[in-house]
Amino acid sequence: MNKEENKQSVYSVKDFNLWYGETHALKDISIEIPEKEVVAIIGPSGCGKSTFIKTLNRMVELVPSVKTKGSINYEGKDIKKTKVESLRTEVGMVFQKPNPFPKSIYDNIAYGPRIHGIKDKKTLDEVVEKSLKGAALWEEVKDRLNENAFGLSGGQQQRLCIARALAVEPEVILMDEPTSALDPLSTAKVEDLIHELKKNYSIIIVTHNMQQAARISDKTAFFLDGEIIEFDATEKMYSNPRDKRTDDYISGKFG
Amino acid sequence: MKNKVVVANEKQISKRITRNKLAKGLFLAATLFGMIVLATLIVRIVTQGIGYLDFGFLTSYASRRPEDAGIKAAILGTVWIMSITIPVSLILGVGTSIYLEEYAPKNKFTRFIELNLANLAGVPSVVFGLLGLTVFVRLLEMGRSILAGGLTMSLLILPVIVVASKEAIRSIPQEQYEAAYAMGATKWQIIRTVVLPAATPGILTGAILSLSRGVGETASLLMIGAMTFIAYTPTGVLDGFTVLPIQIFSWASRPQVEFQAVAAAGSIVLLIILIVMNSLAIVIRNKYSKRY
Repeated sequence: MNKEENKQSVYSVKDFNLWYGETHALKDISIEIPEKEVVAIIGPSGCGKSTFIKTLNRMVELVPSVKTKGSINYEGKDIKKTKVESLRTEVGMVFQKPNPFPKSIYDNIAYGPRIHGIKDKKTLDEVVEKSLKGAALWEEVKDRLNENAFGLSGGQQQRLCIARALAVEPEVILMDEPTSALDPLSTAKVEDLIHELKKNYSIIIVTHNMQQAARISDKTAFFLDGEIIEFDATEKMYSNPRDKRTDDYISGKFG
Repeated sequence: MKNKVVVANEKQISKRITRNKLAKGLFLAATLFGMIVLATLIVRIVTQGIGYLDFGFLTSYASRRPEDAGIKAAILGTVWIMSITIPVSLILGVGTSIYLEEYAPKNKFTRFIELNLANLAGVPSVVFGLLGLTVFVRLLEMGRSILAGGLTMSLLILPVIVVASKEAIRSIPQEQYEAAYAMGATKWQIIRTVVLPAATPGILTGAILSLSRGVGETASLLMIGAMTFIAYTPTGVLDGFTVLPIQIFSWASRPQVEFQAVAAAGSIVLLIILIVMNSLAIVIRNKYSKRY
């Protein structure tokens, strides 16, 4: 699909299946995820969109009963043959609920670099500043880096979590409904940020909010019952969906 | 008038109010009973023992004459026992809880162990004393020493520390783990940087509370043969020992009335130590407990 564009795929997924115990959660998923674009994943609750995004950094393996079949290649390499630690260095993740550590703002951002062995104070200072600027949070927090991150508002906490992910210098950022716990103003800020971030990162975002997908994404994948029903340029999909089910979902007939 | 099902019935309402008052009185009486008995006990111990409680009491060894009797050997014995028990039970207890919560596969065998840990916490201390006597004193030939006593005490409080530490670890939200995992942290890095900092207050609270149980513990140490009359300072872990509650018990079982007062003075010392330890636990819990 989309051969007219010459963008490289960052992820290429082929015939991927996933089971939670007996439940078949992802069925024959094949998708090419382009580099440096925003790909939105939409679909009703329980359609497997969160499961799918969590397979991309192998977080899904934290669930004990998971079985998989098929292949996911990240930059040409099978993610199963990559060490999870190095995969997750390349692929950052932002979660539904802001989840800062009960540490200072500085230590939250420095967490990632530190676990990867960076100890030099000057380097850490630079990474912290760069990451906070990258997440459009620097101006708001630069005078209180040593305060506890829990003192920030929900929206600031979520941008802090994005900054924390940036600090590891990933290539891809996975976002699992990153604005679902935020008020409309904070949501707008995060959406602006996503727009900025796609210059340097490939972004895959799961969202419940179809307007959000329309606003921020270049491509959209529609998931239903563990299958990809349609994957296309967002504009095309919203104006002229190929599949009747996509049309029904986008126009609000179910979900 | 409409056909209502629920109608205000004055008689029935005043009956309900009376019953409410009755219940309140009953619960107040239950609370007061415990508090009054406890207060009486404390007042009695203090009035009886305060006369003997002076610097000399804290710095003298046991004696046949009540006016010379002191609690130095018992305090030192308790300190020696604790200096074995604290590191052994903390290292083993926290290690066990981390393994069970973080590394152990969640299968039937793990559940069996966890269930039995909770049961072990309820086993009478005399039984642990018997175990200590058999294993440490006889089998490992440690004799009736501080080492044997400290290890027995460790076993006794280990289940409590494990259960408390497990609770503390389990109360850390899953999102905290996810955040660290998603940045490529290994399990051990997560334990070090996320789990332990967050669980330490809970672990310490549990540890201090169980150690204060240990400080007041008598039966198991009597079982392994702690002495009741000791007139020297222990110089190593293989020396004999006595501890505060045993010293108090031995004084209280003497026929002379004066020794009852000496026992009361000893009880005051023990009570003060326990109150200090428990307050410390409360302070740690309130100061460092994290809200997510």
